[in-house]
Amino acid sequence: MNTDTQYLHEVAESDYEHGWSTDIVSDTIPKGLNEDVIRLISSKKNDPDWMLENRLRAFRHWEKLAADTDKYPRWAHLQYPEINFDEISYYSAPGSKPRYESLDEVDPELIKTFEALGIPLEEQKVLAGVAVDAVIDSVSVATTFKEELAKLGIIFCSFTEAIENHGDLVRKHMGSVVPHTDNFYAALNAAVFSDGSFCYIPPGVRCPMELSTYFRINQAGTGQFERTLIVAEEGSYVSYLEGCTAPRRDEHQLHAAVVEIIAHKDAEVKYSTIQNWYPGDNEGKGGVFNFVTKRGICEGTGSKISWTQLETGSAITWKYPSVILKGDHSIGEFYSVAFTKGRQQADTGTKMLHIGRNTSSSIISKGISAGRSNNSYRGLVRINKGAENARNFTQCDSMLLGDRCGAHTFPYLEIQNPTAQVEHEATTSKVGEDQMFYCQQRGISEQDAIKLLVSGFCQEILAKLPMEFAVEARKLLAIELEGSVG
Amino acid sequence: MKSILEIRGLKASVEDMPILRGIDLTVNAGEVHAIMGPNGSGKSTLASVLAGNEDYEVDGGTVEYLGKDLLEMDVDERAREGVFLAFQYPIELPGVSTMNFLKQAVNSVREHRGQKPLGAAELLRLAKEKAALIELDTRLKQRSVNQGFSGGEKKRNEIFQLAMLEPTLAILDETDSGLDIDALRSVANGVNLLRTQERGFLIITHYQRLLNYIVPDFVHVIAGGRIVRSGDKELALELEKRGYDWVQEELAA
Ligand SMILES: Nc1ncnc2c1ncn2[C@@H]1O[C@H](COP(=O)(O)OP(=O)(O)O)[C@@H](O)[C@H]1O
Ligand SMILES: [Mg+2]
Repeated sequence: MNTDTQYLHEVAESDYEHGWSTDIVSDTIPKGLNEDVIRLISSKKNDPDWMLENRLRAFRHWEKLAADTDKYPRWAHLQYPEINFDEISYYSAPGSKPRYESLDEVDPELIKTFEALGIPLEEQKVLAGVAVDAVIDSVSVATTFKEELAKLGIIFCSFTEAIENHGDLVRKHMGSVVPHTDNFYAALNAAVFSDGSFCYIPPGVRCPMELSTYFRINQAGTGQFERTLIVAEEGSYVSYLEGCTAPRRDEHQLHAAVVEIIAHKDAEVKYSTIQNWYPGDNEGKGGVFNFVTKRGICEGTGSKISWTQLETGSAITWKYPSVILKGDHSIGEFYSVAFTKGRQQADTGTKMLHIGRNTSSSIISKGISAGRSNNSYRGLVRINKGAENARNFTQCDSMLLGDRCGAHTFPYLEIQNPTAQVEHEATTSKVGEDQMFYCQQRGISEQDAIKLLVSGFCQEILAKLPMEFAVEARKLLAIELEGSVG
Repeated sequence: MKSILEIRGLKASVEDMPILRGIDLTVNAGEVHAIMGPNGSGKSTLASVLAGNEDYEVDGGTVEYLGKDLLEMDVDERAREGVFLAFQYPIELPGVSTMNFLKQAVNSVREHRGQKPLGAAELLRLAKEKAALIELDTRLKQRSVNQGFSGGEKKRNEIFQLAMLEPTLAILDETDSGLDIDALRSVANGVNLLRTQERGFLIITHYQRLLNYIVPDFVHVIAGGRIVRSGDKELALELEKRGYDWVQEELAA
């Protein structure tokens, strides 16, 4: 169908809706990376000595990796120019005063965009630069509901505050799941990270609300390197949401985050992400390079970590939220929707490392590719020798919109215990012409029909997001699919 | 009498193979026309061409719908103008919720008619009322469109959608095949309730059985891509008795 193809191309070329930037006066340090820069960041952050030492150790390790071009990770199915790490500024903080005192002062056009996205009021404030809690560029500004949570013993604050007020907890856990030696970008992050979020749930506490953070890269020429650390003590529960956007910039911006989760006995952590960094224009100009290391450890018996993500942004996505299933009877889950269009490239998936007995993991990945984009699933399931009765179920479905995009699947299986039960299913499909005809015969327009069918394809995953987030995710997906028509 | 559909000399092919070789047919408001004929004679092709399926190439002839050139319209435009096709093989839409699908369909049509869109509550009320009409298991509305439905459930769901969309021209393509006698009765009963002075029906069927329940005003027999005989409901009974060989033999003679 000619009109279909045409429409799909238009979809693939539709504009990024978050391309605005905020003119906040900011404190940005000169570009380049060396030991002095690390010390400067550390002093701006008022780091304790141990933190400075951590940074320097990580930086020296990273320097070694950076000096040897063979050490740079090139295995992903991604093509991008060499990153010049001296052309990036590693620290940028908004000026002391927020731009607005309340939402009333914000450009109504901006509010309309937020409403179109269905972003909750609190997040709207965050994105508009009203004084609230979010990580804009490198610094976290404040935290809502902090007092309410404190009554339950829950700590939810910026990483900076955590280092200041809960230094022992941070020191004990930081780097325990993702050490600085883990990979090139984990090393870089450990050296230069400037803020992020910290979350601690005490034993037996069920966090009564979803905790959310919004990340945004605002300043031109800056990188963003945040860290998130979540510790869930025995029998606790928390659902954590993360959203990201970045303004439209002609140059590439680097984002290299680290997320660590520790779940103790019978604890459950549900981590949901909507990643919508600026993807670049249709010719591949600009866009965020997103190199993220996310990993959780199911430390205790019966613990559970669940990653759910909707990835629609970034020029390059390199991201494998993983679970180390150390405790017996622990459970790891990875549910992902990755949508790429234009010249976007995504290489995303997970690692499930089964160590304890009777552990189980589920992986459901839905990749949708449009335009000239490339969308890869890469997943490792490893069952260690001692991991008796491990189970894994993996399902990877790809959908192609148009004929100039690519979908790829790279599953890796390492099974060292004969009692393992592993299932893998994979499908690749196009939006069926018969399905389109059926929808259109009911009066539904071509673009609405595509939206309907694509969200149907992802429904299983979107349904796993917390409700408000799911609404936002659906709208975001619809906007991404909108095309320049209508 | 107000004419809904005027087909003149319609020729169509699929993959360069001519199927329809000159169809003439007029449907007026309030009329029910049955189209019968042997397998492979072109019944579904006619339905598909009227709905605008691009797999079928129109090679000649004209189709006027409410005074407009139907063949010029896009598929969704035809639907919004009131042309409804109950599919012989309804399509499954995995993950697409039936209510969401209906909401989009109903509101597209309403918007086109200049009516205000229905909200979720109004839509649910309407769906409940229409589902009762054709005795559709209401649990089906909570599933993805047609996914995992039995053959009979799919057919009922088509008529349910017909009831929701209130078309001017309803084309039913072998809605009766695969239905047991009880399902056939309730579907036919639903269709009878939907017969109005304004609406025209084109009911495609292979068997006469359905026409015991939905009594047509006219019966046409298609063979070899042409209407070879037209009559009233007696023609269907005669066909039942003598088989399709009879019309084909007569045609050859
Ligand atoms: N999509 C198609 N591709 C190829 N051949 C088709 C297609 N649709 C119909 N045909 C052929 O056209 C002829 C008429 O089919 P159809 O209209 O479905 O007949 P009926 O509905 O009367 O049984 C048959 O020979 C059938 O094989
Ligand atoms: Mg047929």
